[in-house]
Amino acid sequence: MEQFQVRGTTERRAGGNRDRAVIGVNASGNLEVLVERVLPDSECLVDVATAVTGFGRIWEAVIQEFLERTSPGGLKFSINDGGARPDTVTLRLLQSVRLMEDEA
Amino acid sequence: MLTDWEKQRTERRTRLEAGSRYANGKLVASEKTKVLLETVIRPGDRICLEGDNQKQADFLAEVLASVDPSRIHDLHIVQSGIVLQAHLDLFERGIARKLDFSYSGPQGAALARALTAGKIELGAVHTYIELFARYFMDLTPHVALIVARQADRDGNLYTGPNTEDTPTIVEATAFKSGIVVAQVNEIVDKVPRVDIAGDQVDFVIRTEKPFYVEPLFTRDPASITENQILMAMMAIKGIYAEYGVKRLNHGIGFPTAAIELLLPTYGEQLGLKGKIATHWALNPHPSLIPAIESGWVQQIHSFGSEVGMDDYMSARSDVYFVGDDGSLRSNRLMCQTAGLYACDMFIGSTLQIDLEGNSSTFTSGRIAGFGGAPNMGSDAHGRRHPTPAWLKAGRESWDGDRKLMRGRKLVVQILETFGEKMAPNYVETLDSVAMAEKLKFDLVPVMIYGDDVSHIVTEEGIANLLLCRTSAEREQAIRGVAGFTDVGRGRDRKAVEALRRRGIIRRPEDLGIDPLAASRQLLAARSIKDLVTWSGGLYQAPSKFRNW
Amino acid sequence: MSNPVQPNEADWYEASARERIDGLLDPKSFVEFLGPEQRAVSPHLAQFDLTGAFDDGIVVGRGRLDGQEVFVAAQEGRFLGGAFGEVHGAKLVGILRAARDGANNDGPRAVLLLLDTGGVRLQEANAGELAISEIVDAVVKVRSAGIPILALVGGRAGAFGGGGIITACCSRIVVSEHARVSVSGPEVIEINKGVEEFDSRDRALVWRVCGARTRYLTGGADRYVKGSIRDFREAALALIRNAPSFDLVTLVAEQQRLMERLQRFGDCRDAPDIWRKMGLPEPERIAELDDDAFLAIRTKGADHDAR
Repeated sequence: MEQFQVRGTTERRAGGNRDRAVIGVNASGNLEVLVERVLPDSECLVDVATAVTGFGRIWEAVIQEFLERTSPGGLKFSINDGGARPDTVTLRLLQSVRLMEDEA
Repeated sequence: MLTDWEKQRTERRTRLEAGSRYANGKLVASEKTKVLLETVIRPGDRICLEGDNQKQADFLAEVLASVDPSRIHDLHIVQSGIVLQAHLDLFERGIARKLDFSYSGPQGAALARALTAGKIELGAVHTYIELFARYFMDLTPHVALIVARQADRDGNLYTGPNTEDTPTIVEATAFKSGIVVAQVNEIVDKVPRVDIAGDQVDFVIRTEKPFYVEPLFTRDPASITENQILMAMMAIKGIYAEYGVKRLNHGIGFPTAAIELLLPTYGEQLGLKGKIATHWALNPHPSLIPAIESGWVQQIHSFGSEVGMDDYMSARSDVYFVGDDGSLRSNRLMCQTAGLYACDMFIGSTLQIDLEGNSSTFTSGRIAGFGGAPNMGSDAHGRRHPTPAWLKAGRESWDGDRKLMRGRKLVVQILETFGEKMAPNYVETLDSVAMAEKLKFDLVPVMIYGDDVSHIVTEEGIANLLLCRTSAEREQAIRGVAGFTDVGRGRDRKAVEALRRRGIIRRPEDLGIDPLAASRQLLAARSIKDLVTWSGGLYQAPSKFRNW
Repeated sequence: MSNPVQPNEADWYEASARERIDGLLDPKSFVEFLGPEQRAVSPHLAQFDLTGAFDDGIVVGRGRLDGQEVFVAAQEGRFLGGAFGEVHGAKLVGILRAARDGANNDGPRAVLLLLDTGGVRLQEANAGELAISEIVDAVVKVRSAGIPILALVGGRAGAFGGGGIITACCSRIVVSEHARVSVSGPEVIEINKGVEEFDSRDRALVWRVCGARTRYLTGGADRYVKGSIRDFREAALALIRNAPSFDLVTLVAEQQRLMERLQRFGDCRDAPDIWRKMGLPEPERIAELDDDAFLAIRTKGADHDAR
């Protein structure tokens, strides 16, 4: 099992009023994402726990691109991964930001 | 000196006489099958043992694998599918020595092992049409061991929905003095329809167990992921609608199943009914049922059948090819030809794609064979009749005088960036390169060559290779949709941006598709049970798919 | 038949535990206890190199059902097969005890258990089994305090092992077509009794033996619903209104019902034999009917008012 964090600085605060949201399930090929609005507006953090080891570089690349794309300032993302492929990880992260942007 | 021009006919008569000792007319008791085969087969014969894509002459395969190798040896097997353990046992036991085939799916690993161990002398791996073609040229079978549902006492055979390769095999064998032996589930007074005329059949054996047939074209909608739905939406909007594709062939896979299930919903939203996907060369995919029921489909011709679909197809004779007897008639050779010349698009998945767009299903330690995909997924240079889709694709790829232009078939590879166990599907070098060296093939086995491919669809977007003019452009177009694989991350960002501006690469947003809109709620059926409901209870899902 | 499957009706089967709760209860009425942000996770999975779930695979809390206060627990069937672990089990025990504690004050009108479980996690077997017994104990106490408990089963894991036992202890049981309720799993039966007795790969057989329609027709479930979340909501509302009291009279009646059922159908080999004895039309086709046709069957002898 691997546990690691990727931090980023952001240009703007993630939109919306919600404090937290959770999406996805830790099942084969899937992942659970808990997102909490607990950081300063210029920071974001992704905390990953995964049972599939050795793909740290790909996780880094996926997360960096997600952070660049959405600039989710103030959000902390915690992930329980069940062996999801990169495209599923991106999808869940985008879904979680979309949920946070919805009205609480 | 007189030349004997009738050697083969004489040989046939000799074998028939010897074999008739074990027969009552054409009928042979199952216990006598072994001695019959040892009598009508000679060492070194070319044998076609009906190993089709779906149905298998499994009883005859078992018996053939049990003959005395000192009497029957060095056979040359020419058959389309190596599917059963018995097919490989023939080589293990020294009964067969040489092999020419097309597809080996489940036995791919065992086949690779046997080849490496020197148990099999491989002629070549073929596509279906190629192998059938050679049945009439230089691989004509001496003996064909075939399979049918029913026979009458004159040897007329009913092959029913799973007719598949049988007429082709029998045509080549019966009319070149070969011997045709059939295993059947039942002997009847009168067959519901004559699929193979009794004149062309020499011996018939009724088996205790019905012949083996597996569901190969059933994909559970419950397993379709959101990213497969996203790729399907892009394909429908960015390719089907764009080129106006009416006549097509779908390879089997989850992305194509997603497309089939999105036609009545997403396709309907886009106003595409009647404008796309009306005529199909397709095995009876259960996942097309909602589109059929919603009035999208005019006609389907099939290579074979599919377990559970018989009653549904019989009740939809306006759509499927159904005989007067009420059951489907399939024909692999005819459908392959329809796919090659009468379709404007092939779309399917594969296992690996390289930087030229070459694809392969030969991966480390597995020889899967080619099946029909290289035929379906190729631009048929012999085609002459135009359609708007064919002309548009031709214009996109053509630089010279338009009057001397050739149209082009759309050949689309729809494949996610990563596969099982995080193995990248997009690679610099195909696994089959190393395999070809190890097994000393003349050529690297390629399923679909890059220069036949018109589009690649991944969850990152669509790459239009028709518009690429250099191999550098082609390479960056592929890298530009290869996501986070090494190949994808090795992209030249500036070059990819330029390709995107030219419309060679299109992302979901460029097609007006929100990636988060790709939800399972869009599928017209989300489970096998939904398909049963859509069919009004006519579709009888095989046991392994039931969850009710 | 041009569109028999409504694309906008949210499926129970497809939905996550949270989505089921969302669709079941009155909008925005759900308050979660020990939510994922509390990170009450399993202390055991890490040593097996397994990642967990922030809510350990079960969502518990309170909300409103047509204005009435209810307590809810929903298992996530896709996380480790919905199986019980230490924290998972403790959350369910906790919500039940909270219901009992509130019984005479402003306690809930009912407890809804959205079960979707294969049983107990192998990795937390002892804790899981202990939790099951604590849950059964808590169920009995909640029912004794006059609060009905409804089991809602319709997910891909079914209600197996301890989950099956808990289901059978509830006041009322609602099932939809994909549900299975059993104690021993099909593979376990096959291993112990042999494939001739029970072929676990014969999935139609598995559903004939422990699936929703059989349970419903033999009195092992009280409502059979079509598969949308809304159908479950309507059934829950109706059943809360006429849930049986939990007393000796009820238990004796239930014992009587089970004895009569065993006498009448004990020698039947398979479900169609039971349907034949019941006088149902076309016994072999019961499993193939669509939901509307199945619900239209008038049954005699399967009705009961005891549990």
